[in-house]
Amino acid sequence: MPFEILNKQELVPTIYLMNIAAPGIARKAQPGQFVILRIDEKGERIPLTIADFDRKNGSITMIFQAVGRTTMHLASMKAGDELLDFIGPLGNPAHIEKVGTVILVGGGVGVAPVFPQTRAFKEAGNKVISIIGARSANLLLWEDRMRKVSDELFITTDDGTKGHHGFVTDIVKKILESGEKVDRVVAIGPPVMMRAVAGVTRPFNVKTIVSLNSIMVDGTGMCGACRVLVGNETKFACVDGPEFDAHLVDFTLLMNRLAIYQPEEKMALEKYKCEREGCKC
Amino acid sequence: MLERQKMPVQDAKIRATNFNEVALGFSEKQAIEEAKRCIQCKKPSCMKGCPVEVKIPAFLKYVAEGDLDSAIKEIKTDNALPAVCGRVCPQETQCEQVCVLSKKGASVSIGRLERFVSDRERKKGVDTPEKPKPTGKKIAVVGSGPAGLTAAADLAKMGHSVTIFEALHEAGGVLIYGIPEFRLPKEIVRAEVEYVKKLGITVLLDHVIGKIENVDELLSEFDAVFLGTGAGLPVFMNIDGENLNGVYSANEFLTRVNLMKSYKFPEYATPIKKGKSVVVVGGGNVAMDSARCALRLGAGHVTIVYRRGEEEMPARAEEIEHAKEEGIIFRLLTNPVRIIGDGKNWVTHVECINMHLCEPDTSGRCKPAPTSGTEHKIEADVVIIAIGTSPNPLVPRTTKGLEITKHGTIVAKENGETTKIGVYAGGDAITGSATVISAMGAGKKAARAIDEYLKGQ
Ligand SMILES: Cc1cc2nc3c(=O)[nH]c(=O)nc-3n(C[C@H](O)[C@H](O)[C@H](O)COP(=O)(O)OP(=O)(O)OC[C@H]3O[C@@H](n4cnc5c(N)ncnc54)[C@H](O)[C@@H]3O)c2cc1C
Ligand SMILES: Cc1cc2nc3c(=O)[nH]c(=O)nc-3n(C[C@H](O)[C@H](O)[C@H](O)COP(=O)(O)OP(=O)(O)OC[C@H]3O[C@@H](n4cnc5c(N)ncnc54)[C@H](O)[C@@H]3O)c2cc1C
Ligand code: SF4
Ligand code: SF4
Ligand code: FES
Repeated sequence: MPFEILNKQELVPTIYLMNIAAPGIARKAQPGQFVILRIDEKGERIPLTIADFDRKNGSITMIFQAVGRTTMHLASMKAGDELLDFIGPLGNPAHIEKVGTVILVGGGVGVAPVFPQTRAFKEAGNKVISIIGARSANLLLWEDRMRKVSDELFITTDDGTKGHHGFVTDIVKKILESGEKVDRVVAIGPPVMMRAVAGVTRPFNVKTIVSLNSIMVDGTGMCGACRVLVGNETKFACVDGPEFDAHLVDFTLLMNRLAIYQPEEKMALEKYKCEREGCKC
Repeated sequence: MLERQKMPVQDAKIRATNFNEVALGFSEKQAIEEAKRCIQCKKPSCMKGCPVEVKIPAFLKYVAEGDLDSAIKEIKTDNALPAVCGRVCPQETQCEQVCVLSKKGASVSIGRLERFVSDRERKKGVDTPEKPKPTGKKIAVVGSGPAGLTAAADLAKMGHSVTIFEALHEAGGVLIYGIPEFRLPKEIVRAEVEYVKKLGITVLLDHVIGKIENVDELLSEFDAVFLGTGAGLPVFMNIDGENLNGVYSANEFLTRVNLMKSYKFPEYATPIKKGKSVVVVGGGNVAMDSARCALRLGAGHVTIVYRRGEEEMPARAEEIEHAKEEGIIFRLLTNPVRIIGDGKNWVTHVECINMHLCEPDTSGRCKPAPTSGTEHKIEADVVIIAIGTSPNPLVPRTTKGLEITKHGTIVAKENGETTKIGVYAGGDAITGSATVISAMGAGKKAARAIDEYLKGQ
């Protein structure tokens, strides 16, 4: 049962938005959940967060960064093309409730999964402060959308081309130090960023939630590839997560395990480029 | 008495370097000779050993007469997956164990003959089965392993409309993601699944029940539900170092190799770590399969570490024999105590301790105990943990009123009836890891019970 790509758009360099026709999944999707897709018979199964869903049109929105063979292949596809497999909604929905004031932090492509949660926390009656960060202004995602669902929005760039010159953690720290009562922090982005946010919020004892992007195969709890240590217990990110209490997560292990296939990923990417662009090899 | 025919196999040295099937199959002449050994018992004891009730003497008679078309027809009235069973059924503890000839030397090679006639039919082109009169009843089958496929096939033959929901992108359960190509070619599993589909069954892949739909929702669309979700949750040992890079659960390792075809990486996109020194922990079929896959991926040494002795190994004797021939090293009465890394999070060694057997435990096997002071290290850059699996909690967690045991298995009666009305279950999901044929037997029983239930509605 192939799944049609309804549209594709390059949002900022290397980051793409794609809508997929998947009415069954759209009917059930909740913020915080993800899908696993496989492009074709020889493809790898890769997880991507559900960045948005449209129950009426039966479609799922994903935002992904082209970093390797599969995501680059995906980026080369266009509206009307089909994906062989599209599985979901996987993982547990984000825990959305009225707690008071919530800070939502999205780093890089992590802004995409943070958006539906920001909207949901706002709808649940919370005061929502969001912080979105990128390396540079031209890589900043979904500023408009985020602004619409936030009471306050902060922007940071590593190179200072827009907003605060520095990291998202600088802003989190400033807010917490200002004495504002913050009841929850949600941070999604690269593991280094999530670890840094956890480090900033720990001394203030603010409950902090992160979404872990460990390597996955089946996404149903069958293989254990996605295992992470949380509070010194082994958990499977695909079925026990992907969200966990940031103060209990072993981020070093997460980062180590994300590097398992680096040499193979490099080789696969080179082969992919060779086949696409033609080369002398 | 005629002598038992030998199964031709690929030479051990050559097969250790490829994923082609190890056993090559009987020739027609061999098959007929072998079938002639059956003495056509009036009260055939062999049939008591077959959970799906294949009419063994009847099909053997056809083979002996050279009427191979009738032979396969006879088998298929009871068994929808004969080419699979002929390969992976533990016949030595099933039908062949209770064949009268086994007392007088060697039983008839029932499984191998089943394999022969179904392989022949597949090469020739499989007949489309007749479709019975529809009953108008709809049944959802969750899981497409041997239990689900058998229940679905039997229900379809009774005239019910059946839809299978499968979480993965291919149907077959362990037959597809677990058992490797060299023991059970995937092309054969696909062909048997195609046959099941020809009975009129719809197979919906990529459908994780409990996520896209739960059992209660299925019950509003279907008249009954069969759960054949297997026992796919990997068990770890909870020892130090288990999360190091290079340490796999057998499920992950085998899924990458079989389902994702990572032995063909980079042509297929899913990578796998090809170790130089591989240690596999466990003594069942899963451990043998993992070890033999690692060897075929190019490992220099593959060592199986098992805490009991060879007698106690749950793997089939034939698989242990094949593994030995291929050069797998067996370290018996040995148990890992921790896994050691290089400081950069990559595994380098497994520290083990010697074990000795004490008095038998409740399972009748001897309980092993560590011998202190015997700690030693085995070099390893890949470690595969194959010490067992338990049922996946996804369905029980999302189904109201479905009771499970403290081991996570679904509570069900002999006929598959669960604690929830209209919901039946069978296979590894209720027994924990068992065998293909016991799962098929459970699927068959549940199909009968579901039929009864629907008639009473
Ligand atoms: C639950 C979950 C949700 C995710 N959601 C998104 C999303 O919404 N958008 C998105 O762009 N990505 C997301 N990811 C990450 C995405 O799955 C990977 O980027 C993708 O698998 C890379 O595949 P590839 O073949 O293109 O690259 P590969 O060749 O596999 O990897 C290329 C590079 O990316 C890094 N990488 C590989 N896997 C991951 C990973 N899981 N996380 C981070 N870096 C990785 C590698 O270390 C390497 O440097 C998510 C991951 C998980 C587990
Ligand atoms: C490596 C290995 C080697 C083996 N070798 C042998 C052998 O030689 N001989 C032998 O007799 N037995 C062998 N076994 C055991 C045998 O394979 C199993 O006992 C048998 O497959 C159990 O069948 P089943 O139908 O109950 O479950 P499975 O085969 O496990 O099938 C269950 C199916 O349900 C699907 N599923 C699970 N949850 C959901 C859900 N929520 N929604 C939708 N689908 C779901 C799974 O994806 C899977 O496809 C082996 C097992 C392994 C792992
Ligand atoms: S018990 Fe053995 S000899 Fe007797 S009918 Fe069965 S297969 Fe033939
Ligand atoms: S299905 Fe298995 S147990 Fe039954 S006759 Fe065939 S090999 Fe024997
Ligand atoms: S991805 Fe296989 S268990 Fe989580």
